Amino acid sequence: MNLTLKIWRQKNNSDKGGFKDYKLGGISKDMSFLEMLDVLNEELSAKGEDPVHFDHDCREGICGMCSLYINGKPHGPQQTTTCQLHMRSFSDGETITIEPWRAKAFPVLKDLVTDRSAFDRIIQAGGYVSVNTGGVPDANEIPIPKTIADMAMDAAQCIGCGACVAACKNASAMLFTSAKVSQLALLPQGQVERKTRAEKMVAQMDAEGFGACTNTGACEAECPKGISITNIARMNREYFSAVVSSQNV
Amino acid sequence: MILDSKIPEGPLAEKWTKHKFNVKLVNPANKRKYDVIVVGTGLAGASAAASLAELGYNVKAFCFQDSPRRAHSIAAQGGINAAKNYQNDGDSVYRLFYDTVKGGDYRAREANVYRLAEVSVKIIDQCVAQGVPFAREYGGLLANRSFGGAQVSRTFYARGQTGQQLLLGAYSALSRQVANGKVKLYPRTEMMDVVTIDGKARGIITRNLITGAIESHSAHAVLLCTGGYGNVFFLSTNAMGSNVTAAWRAHKKGALMANPCFTQIHPTCIPVSGDHQSKLTLMSESLRNDGRVWVPATQETAEKLRKGQIKANDIKEEDRDYFLERKYPSFGNLVPRDVASRNAKYVCDEGRGVNETGEAVFLDFRDAIKRDGKDIISAKYGNLFDMYQQITGENPYEMPMMIYPAVHYTMGGLWVDYNLMTNVPGLYALGEANFSDHGANRLGASALMQGLADGYFVIPYTIGDYLAQNPAGKIGTDHPEFQKAEKEIKDRIQKLLSIKGQKTIDHFHKRLGKIMWDYCGMARTEEGLKKAKAMIKELKAEFWSNVNVLGDNEELNQSLEKAHRVADFIELGELMVDDALNRNESCGGHFREEYQTPEGEALRDDENFAYVAAWKYLGEGQEEELVKEPLIFENVKLTQRSYK
Repeated sequence: MNLTLKIWRQKNNSDKGGFKDYKLGGISKDMSFLEMLDVLNEELSAKGEDPVHFDHDCREGICGMCSLYINGKPHGPQQTTTCQLHMRSFSDGETITIEPWRAKAFPVLKDLVTDRSAFDRIIQAGGYVSVNTGGVPDANEIPIPKTIADMAMDAAQCIGCGACVAACKNASAMLFTSAKVSQLALLPQGQVERKTRAEKMVAQMDAEGFGACTNTGACEAECPKGISITNIARMNREYFSAVVSSQNV
Repeated sequence: MILDSKIPEGPLAEKWTKHKFNVKLVNPANKRKYDVIVVGTGLAGASAAASLAELGYNVKAFCFQDSPRRAHSIAAQGGINAAKNYQNDGDSVYRLFYDTVKGGDYRAREANVYRLAEVSVKIIDQCVAQGVPFAREYGGLLANRSFGGAQVSRTFYARGQTGQQLLLGAYSALSRQVANGKVKLYPRTEMMDVVTIDGKARGIITRNLITGAIESHSAHAVLLCTGGYGNVFFLSTNAMGSNVTAAWRAHKKGALMANPCFTQIHPTCIPVSGDHQSKLTLMSESLRNDGRVWVPATQETAEKLRKGQIKANDIKEEDRDYFLERKYPSFGNLVPRDVASRNAKYVCDEGRGVNETGEAVFLDFRDAIKRDGKDIISAKYGNLFDMYQQITGENPYEMPMMIYPAVHYTMGGLWVDYNLMTNVPGLYALGEANFSDHGANRLGASALMQGLADGYFVIPYTIGDYLAQNPAGKIGTDHPEFQKAEKEIKDRIQKLLSIKGQKTIDHFHKRLGKIMWDYCGMARTEEGLKKAKAMIKELKAEFWSNVNVLGDNEELNQSLEKAHRVADFIELGELMVDDALNRNESCGGHFREEYQTPEGEALRDDENFAYVAAWKYLGEGQEEELVKEPLIFENVKLTQRSYK
């Protein structure tokens, strides 16, 4: 395959940045998208040009490190992570546009690399059960209905990649935040801190500069792990019931 | 040099309990006067950092990823073992201990393994309390499945994403301590060196991966939880960033590296598709619960298959060779990983491999789907099947999967004593980064168990013993040793950037990987290893004279990051070859062709090699010194491992 790549290059956070075109040949359809970028980077390196920087690590679709806005869609044309996207999804001669996530809360560090530490701070605000190591009951002491455990697992599958934010016209982090709020609200272990958790995580989400949710559903459509917007509904319920009944935050 | 493993006296089952009573304690009010550095935030690192912070220590946690949640533990699929015996199928702490020692081909320490089995049950309790959504039965209790090398069902799982869920649990505990101000996080920061003062570990030197700033961090103890070094093979199931740098720098500062040649080649990975391949993807071992491994019975049939004249489903039952079931009737498809991998290699070497390259065998779910229905199989393995289809473009519900062994885990690592401390006082190694529990072969679902055991339930006790004997109070970074170490790192960076050679960094990494795979991979010979050693020496010289590292230090520079890592991999590669050459026996994942039984099984030499081979760095260009720690087996009888 021969391709034209239109890639966002930006030296650092203070640089303005812009698109640059690259011609790339000899791409096999069995390559993953990131392997295609590896080929480009090897060529650039051999020529002494700075390779295109992008985040990636596990290349198995689970670490959530890879991102990329490909032809206007987070993680490209399929509902998967960029590392699991293969070149058979593209055609010979195609022009592919590659950009970083665009959101105020995810500043660009270089080229296609963004800073997603805002997500860590949302979790730090309350995305946990406050138990210390040791001194916990036997794992089978509290039975959990299978359907509930499965629903919690559906929400817990979030990989924190940020595609939901990138897909949203308001750069809202509702899907990400609600996935964690949901998981813990469903499980008996999460009940004690249920209200404070919803309040604090939502407050942190707002403080980070993520936008509001308008229930468009783009986040769900683009989420590589299929996290449902039902979680947003559940979080809204958690949040409203918390604010009217608790004295926290 | 004599290595003291500090294994407590007394009967096996009482050692840990006694030891916990005998170790010195740091009084709760004094804990806040001690600083601890934790490098790496995978299962071992995140659990250790969170648990130590909960106790009151001041923790600094470092990771090279953009968030601690991305450490490669996240990619573990199948599950975590624990001797809960919830299934009433005869499991016990002793059985898990026994299976692990046997599975490791009798090259692990009994006391360490027993402790691992003992604390395994608490791990599950801890994770459930954190809100980890393990798989459950309809009655609401936890579900289990079985894994290789065991005849009981003791593996807990969360679909095919157990590592993810356990890591997110540990990450949530870590995040809570960050919010409490007890842990300071340093993401996108790579450890470049350990600083020792008067023989004790007193801190580390780091590079900020965004700004390039070289910084010193001091502490009373340093924990390396930096994972394994499988990427020395270039192609492995490890994440792209997984590297040996932290462990290797510690090694060069005096920490011994133990059994470096013990590498696990995992039998069920998606085969290589071409030269462009950047990494290999694992298909969880849990698939072997229901999938049957086979190749055509004859070369002729295999050839037709490779040429595309026939399809897998056209091959009749009698023309198939379910070679694992045939050779190992009692364990069948669930033999340990080393045995499964080696047998896949044998049938492919015989010309019965099933893909275009001839390096693949089938993993077939036809019978399981017929027996249980597609829905049941999909509920168990759906995400793995989807992943397979995504990568290969083939539907495993209709066609058998194709799999081939790939480098997956390294049992070797920094030598540690019973307290998980290396021979450098104050320097600890946890999880895959140490060598301690898996011997020459790790059983499936035991890596998660070990990482969390070390972090949640071992280090919180053992670190106190060391700290209590060392005065509290601030350790500054103004000591000349910090400045010296910083300067060494800056000089090294300068050197790398100034070579400006002709070849890219990946060029060297790929060449190293090929040498390691060809000569220090699934089967090794004296002749091959000697050849590999010479080739690696040559490669090293060429790297330092002809590599081209682009850009500057004072920026986000992925080329520079990679260059550091590859330089260390090359040096490690040579040591792995030395270790493999020294070990004139076959055991677990280390298979020397000269030493095998008539049936082609690994032939151990317990008389001469029942020891841990720990290597001491003596200086640039010098051969490393071998220090032996004898392995003493008082509870388990050493036998030829049999899974027939």
